[in-house]
Amino acid sequence: MVEDRTKASGEQIIYANILNIGMYLGLALIIVTFLIYMLDILPSFISPQDIPQYWTMKSGDFIHSFHAPTGWDWLAMINKGDYLNLIGIALLAGLTILCYLSILPILMKKKDIPYVIIAIIEVLVLALAASGILKSGGH
Amino acid sequence: MGKRLSKFFFISLTLLALILIACTVLATTEPTTGQQVAEKGSKLPWWAWSVILFVFTFILGILAVLGGVGGGVLFVPLVGGFFPFHIDFVRGAGLIVALSGALAAGPGLLKRNLASLRLAIPVALIASSSAIIGAMIGLALPAHIVNILLGATIIGIVIIMASAKKSDFPNVPKPDKLSQTLGIMGIYREVSLGKDIEWNIHRTVSGLVLFIVIGVMAGMFGLGAGWANVPVLNLLMGAPLKISVATSKFLLSITDTSAAWIYLNSGAVLPMIVVPSVVGIMLGSIVGVRILAVAKPKAIKWMVIGLLLFAGVRALLKGLGIWR
Repeated sequence: MVEDRTKASGEQIIYANILNIGMYLGLALIIVTFLIYMLDILPSFISPQDIPQYWTMKSGDFIHSFHAPTGWDWLAMINKGDYLNLIGIALLAGLTILCYLSILPILMKKKDIPYVIIAIIEVLVLALAASGILKSGGH
Repeated sequence: MGKRLSKFFFISLTLLALILIACTVLATTEPTTGQQVAEKGSKLPWWAWSVILFVFTFILGILAVLGGVGGGVLFVPLVGGFFPFHIDFVRGAGLIVALSGALAAGPGLLKRNLASLRLAIPVALIASSSAIIGAMIGLALPAHIVNILLGATIIGIVIIMASAKKSDFPNVPKPDKLSQTLGIMGIYREVSLGKDIEWNIHRTVSGLVLFIVIGVMAGMFGLGAGWANVPVLNLLMGAPLKISVATSKFLLSITDTSAAWIYLNSGAVLPMIVVPSVVGIMLGSIVGVRILAVAKPKAIKWMVIGLLLFAGVRALLKGLGIWR
């Protein structure tokens, strides 16, 4: 059977499918957690009523003034309505790493060495960005 | 239909302008420190800003689609210029807005083989690494410097948008060595012509160098970067326009991811700003796409460019302390 060259490659389809599922999950999560925050269902680190007083501050000053968490420290505070919201946002931001990891075995199987190397470096770059080691304006 | 659409567009722009004027009057836009927050703040109830932001970004989402621009490039200068939020939080939200839009569009574009993973992967590595540096520089700079640079960048984008030509099928006489080694090429079905289009690229090294600059700017200003991705992919590297537009949109999901993590880890992501913006702009985009399917007056593109110019001038004047 002749391969239809206009069709997307196997790795492209897998990447797209994971992106699709993750995107809907992430969006649903941010909407649900935002409602929890707005409706005061969980206690907040800074309540929605008070936040307008502080959003004019530089993010670094905000963190410094309230000893707000930086890096992944927010994970310890997901029992707070405002930080619970970050789960959905982190999922959306982390999806690309997952997508790259999922196509790596296919690239390896195809012995597509340049793309295996590039994909591994990309995962490392994104993991570094996500690690919390690189941040600006913290404590 | 054209008349009805123009009327709709005029109403949208008027609504947008009214919201911006109201925001300027009601907001305290001066950056505050920990000591000042007790006296400063907002004249509106806490929930009102979320509602205004949602309505504003909903309209913005419609206009962005009709004007052929990304939401992020309109979001940052307009929200940064007229809403009371510090520019750090606006850029953090802008990145998540651009990221969400790219994540939503990405799967469809990849499956239809319009966005090319083969083209995106090498470019994304350069752009996403640079975006991290851009985000770190951007968050370290004082607000007025960010506003001046943002204003200048937006005015530059307006010039690019107004003057850059596009080429549906650029002539690539000979693919360069790097693109051949990486196997960056493809074939897609061009429905409008009823035939398959084979494509290659050239000037890959020059393109990758430019993506360093694009990545830094995307991270620094939280803009997304479709305005720069498309001309580089299309005019410089020679990818067909459809492939360039689709790959650029998908590319943002990788470039903005790295910068978004820096903003998230630096505490510059406030859900109260991010969530209404993401939902508003996505719903607006859905409505925009439906309108686009019916008609697309050319004038809209120019009105959106005018809106962008206004936002750029506002950011510049705000940074220079002329229009606070």
